[in-house]
Amino acid sequence: MSAVVDRDELRDDVLNGLQLSSQLERIWRTPSGLAGALMSVDHKVIGRRYIATAFVFLLLGGILAVLMRVQLAGPEKTFLSADKYNQIFTMHGSTMMFLFAVPVMEAFAVYLVPLMVGTRNIAFPRLNAFSYWMFLFGGCFLWISFLFNVGPDVGWFSYVPLSSLQFTPTKRADVWAQMITFTEVAALAVSVEIVVTVFKLRAPGMTLDRIPLFVWAMLVTSFLVMFAMPSIMVASTSLILDRLVNTRFYDPSSGGHPLLWQHLFWFFGHPEVYIIFIPGTGMVSAILATFARRPVIGYPVVILSLIGTGFLSFGLWVHHMFVTGLPQLGAGLFTASSMLIAVPSGLQIFCWLATLWDGRPVYRTPLLFVIGFLVIFVLGGLSGVMVASVPIDTQVHDTYFVVAHFHYVLIGGAVFPLIGAVYYWFPKIAGRMLSERLGRWNFWLAFIGFNVAFFPMHFLGLIGMPRRVYTYTADMDWAHLNLLSSIGAFVFALSFALLLVNVIYSLRKGALAGDNPWNASTLEWATSSPPPPQNFDRIPVVKHRDPLWADSESLPVVAGLSVERREVLLTSLAEAEPQTREASPEPSIWPLLTAIATTVFFIGSIFTPWAVLWGTPPMAVALIGWFWPSGSKEDEE
Amino acid sequence: MKVWVRRVLSVCATLPLTACAGRQSALDPQGLQSDQIRHTLFIFLVVAAVVWTAVVIALGGAMMRRKRAAGQPLDLHQAFEERTGRVILALGIATTVTVLGLSFVSYAGQRTVFAKDANVLTLKIIGHQWWWEVRYEADSPHQSFVTANEIRIPTGQPVKVELESADVIHSFWVPSLTGKMDLIPGQKNELQFTAKNAGVYRGQCAEFCGLQHAHMAFAVLALPPDEFGRWREHENQSADSPADQLGKQGEALFRARGCALCHNVSGTLAGGQLGPDLTHVGSRTTIAAGTLPNTPATLGGWISDPQHVKPGNLMPKMPLQSDELIAIIHYLEQLK
Repeated sequence: MSAVVDRDELRDDVLNGLQLSSQLERIWRTPSGLAGALMSVDHKVIGRRYIATAFVFLLLGGILAVLMRVQLAGPEKTFLSADKYNQIFTMHGSTMMFLFAVPVMEAFAVYLVPLMVGTRNIAFPRLNAFSYWMFLFGGCFLWISFLFNVGPDVGWFSYVPLSSLQFTPTKRADVWAQMITFTEVAALAVSVEIVVTVFKLRAPGMTLDRIPLFVWAMLVTSFLVMFAMPSIMVASTSLILDRLVNTRFYDPSSGGHPLLWQHLFWFFGHPEVYIIFIPGTGMVSAILATFARRPVIGYPVVILSLIGTGFLSFGLWVHHMFVTGLPQLGAGLFTASSMLIAVPSGLQIFCWLATLWDGRPVYRTPLLFVIGFLVIFVLGGLSGVMVASVPIDTQVHDTYFVVAHFHYVLIGGAVFPLIGAVYYWFPKIAGRMLSERLGRWNFWLAFIGFNVAFFPMHFLGLIGMPRRVYTYTADMDWAHLNLLSSIGAFVFALSFALLLVNVIYSLRKGALAGDNPWNASTLEWATSSPPPPQNFDRIPVVKHRDPLWADSESLPVVAGLSVERREVLLTSLAEAEPQTREASPEPSIWPLLTAIATTVFFIGSIFTPWAVLWGTPPMAVALIGWFWPSGSKEDEE
Repeated sequence: MKVWVRRVLSVCATLPLTACAGRQSALDPQGLQSDQIRHTLFIFLVVAAVVWTAVVIALGGAMMRRKRAAGQPLDLHQAFEERTGRVILALGIATTVTVLGLSFVSYAGQRTVFAKDANVLTLKIIGHQWWWEVRYEADSPHQSFVTANEIRIPTGQPVKVELESADVIHSFWVPSLTGKMDLIPGQKNELQFTAKNAGVYRGQCAEFCGLQHAHMAFAVLALPPDEFGRWREHENQSADSPADQLGKQGEALFRARGCALCHNVSGTLAGGQLGPDLTHVGSRTTIAAGTLPNTPATLGGWISDPQHVKPGNLMPKMPLQSDELIAIIHYLEQLK
């Protein structure tokens, strides 16, 4: 650094490659040690943590699933008591939905979206750190409660009046309702970050029709989160108020109504399915393009399908309420709107099939999981068309048919792409490849285990087995199919054990990946694996939808960002033309302290309404610390 | 392709037949409504099977297709993309037409299933944690009576059940006769169905209602109309007084030990309203909401420790001598 250069003018265009790289690494790296880890605002550090934590919850939720399958493997088993079983199925559903499925998708977005749009950090990095801590504390709160036997036991849907004070006098329902608020805060924060990152931080030239499909999917998902999550927050907060300060939102004896809960819950709960599924489709598009060796056919069709799915997903919550005695004509209309969502989903599937048809597929593990996804998800979608029909739903609602259906949709539609995504992006994140041999075993065990576990449930439902029963008698003729299903569940669980082994083994012994091991086309592969703290030494310029394929020789870049402080480049919304340089926050301990204060506030408020008063000053202090104007380094000097 | 379709259809048609022999199966309809629902279900099932098979065949075709030599990823075929665009558009339209067609099929089924008849036999069913109260109400009080966990209906006649809940949300479901309907506090729902054949059809609560949700079943006994009439006449009458000494002793103990505080036995001083009405309990096939068969042994086990059989239910454990227990069982057995 030459003294003749004015500090304010010190830009990345005055340094050569090596100097630039080390200088940027110095200002962008996360401080070392425990303090540094707690202060980190690097989207990659937070994203890795987020992914790992979500997978821990997957493991915990999966163990609960296996326990349930042991209990149901035969008639009148006494492995679990009614009380334990009810807690376990509630914890399984709540963990999988709120602590695994939504967070893991957001976690992948936190890690990948900034890399895929070619910027140095996510928008609002401190909010990102805060989001992770809230998610972690909310999840720990739920699980610690469970281990102390105050785990919720009224279902992941917590219908009133069963969850009201009268019928659940313990703290179990409060624990559940407050866990919702924790995770919603986390989810909303990430959504805001993703939307702003996609709209304002894209690399120059990445116009709306050059955004990678995974990023599009996360953009649509983020909007869904922003419109759906407030509904469940209203619902769960009203429930806590009913329980704690005697309001009567849901009490029919005082003018409230139990169905209010169901409307609010499912207005969130149905889009929730798409909040989980749409990122899965984004992963499928990314993997498919790379391994079919061609871009996904019908790029605009896929995007319009994503947006259409997002819109439609808000118009079909009532199909969860067909047997609550709503007016028949209205129910009929919701049948039609629920079935129509098959159209955008179908269009996407046709585009993927065409891509595979015209491609030159390379059958590596990620693509195997995408093929498994197509086979399973289409079946789940079609049984979804069935449950959307009022007369059919009156028979299958709340039976194992529905259990089969939504596991086909959620595991087929989201978990299979997700495991594919783990195999696909692991080299980028860890710098090493996962074992392909274990990967194939993993796929076949997952595919066979899943189908053996869940396909028989369609029949169990049709021959009368209701959901959420902890036992059944031998004369119901459900024993054989249940045993089969339990065996499948063990095989399916084994496939996840294999994934864990593969990850642990490959972190140490896996083959080194290199920058772009799959020869993929999107920007995250334009940097090293794992990426340096600054993501890119110079911000790439995008001239094609598949920059690494079209500009395979060398990617054009822009220069001009500061090398003395953290800066990101802001671009215009539609055309992604460079607009201005913007400072990006330094590491800070305040997001963690704010999350701790918020946690104390949230947990306190399920015991006493006064927590709302004494809980706010610490939060105010933490937020003031967070937003204390520190100025840029130039100003200080 | 056609052979495939036919094969899949035949498999789909036979699978349910092998699995339908359940006690509460939607695939073995015994009522007008359940019949209609199964009909609708089969139409959907066939369409779903055809679509799924077509997608899997297309997927297999794409995977096995003889590929061009590997080239650069962006070495694309313009003509193929244009052709594909038209195919995708056509498939999109076909999907839309199919789902709209299925919507109409569904709506037609819905109208049949929820059709209303005038002048039907009306029962009121009230859900409790975890048993069913069944009220046969009539204009004159001596035609009205109350029973529990067992519903008798005439065959061939439409029956309307009015559904209410005393505590949380339950769901009334007899798959052999019709689909389910929730019982929601603060709301009156109703459901109409017609049993085609005489028989015993099991029903079960289908909405999670707390600790013993799994043990909230009931039986629907569809009887020929004249037999139903005779049963109804009999049920109107109060319980017979016990004939023998042991029975009389049991009746006295029933009151003295507090059973009568919760249970009603018409025509006696026992008038409790909290638990199931026991006026004709001896004639019921099961006890504890379908949990156990109604035998002296199970009855004794239930009375001596109800929390062991069904933890969490409202019936407390009563300290009884074994001879007292025997007398009470004997008395209840006689209440037919």
